[in-house]
Amino acid sequence: MPTIVVEVMPKAELLDPQGKAIAGALGRLGQTQTALANISGVRVGKRFEISIDGAADADVLAAVRVLADSVLSNSVIEDVVGIHVQDAPSSAVA
Amino acid sequence: MRIGVVTFPGSLDDRDAARAIRLAGADAVALWHGDHDLHGVDALVLPGGFSYGDYLRAGAIASLSPIMTEVIDAANQGMPVLGICNGFQMLTEAHLLDGGLIRNDKGRFICRDQGLRIENNTSDWTTGFAANAEIVIPLKNGEGSFMASDETLKALEGEGRIVARYIGGNPNGSLNDIAGVTNARGNVVGLMPHPEHAVEAGFGPDTDDAMASGVDGLTFFTSVIARVLVAR
Repeated sequence: MPTIVVEVMPKAELLDPQGKAIAGALGRLGQTQTALANISGVRVGKRFEISIDGAADADVLAAVRVLADSVLSNSVIEDVVGIHVQDAPSSAVA
Repeated sequence: MRIGVVTFPGSLDDRDAARAIRLAGADAVALWHGDHDLHGVDALVLPGGFSYGDYLRAGAIASLSPIMTEVIDAANQGMPVLGICNGFQMLTEAHLLDGGLIRNDKGRFICRDQGLRIENNTSDWTTGFAANAEIVIPLKNGEGSFMASDETLKALEGEGRIVARYIGGNPNGSLNDIAGVTNARGNVVGLMPHPEHAVEAGFGPDTDDAMASGVDGLTFFTSVIARVLVAR
């Protein structure tokens, strides 16, 4: 089933308290795992996977792009950073 | 004089808002998110809470509720609308107010009595306050940090649309210490702190006079009643 993936991130210039808290925790892991010591920041966004019955054609993509800008994100605080189509909803990486 | 309070799935402060309206001297009318009917009210309150569990973004899904079609129409025709906390978030998501609210800068949910300065006493909800009145009402939220573009911020400041500013320290990282704003017409107001929790002695913030005696929030509701009665 075609799946349209929409990715949204908090605006780069805004503070992301969630990402900051996670970065702090990873920093503590970095004290014992040298491979993590170079992590300098984390930002947390959202990934939407929209399943489509039928083809994800240009009309559908255009409509989803409008949804991405108007509903899935709020342009005051967030940016849509990616929209792409894949063959199926994501599954775990091997 | 009838003031509607809309209940959404996850609203928490709808009953407190209704009680504040009654204490101020108007009839509170319970409205339902799934209806397309404002039941002939003269003004509207969108109450605080966690509509739809803050899924997607705080207030975002509620802003797409059936009744919001009528709320947006009424607001654009000049009906007074007050959004408190989650209601403020809904008003920004519905584009009735400028700006947006993000997580508090320290990552904490903040619940405390908060000092505010009322900088706009011409909006429909603030006419009863003296110029630059300093008040104390409860603040309780996790996503109360007001954000807006530089351009929007300049317009809000330049047009006197900052209704309330935090005093005694910025609790959440809001730009320019903004706690509440209004639209150009002054009928739609959004506030992060909760006036409906400071309307009756015994249940409000502490004051110098007595514990829990603060009723500074009541003036928002008496203001709108006076405004609607004058308009008739």
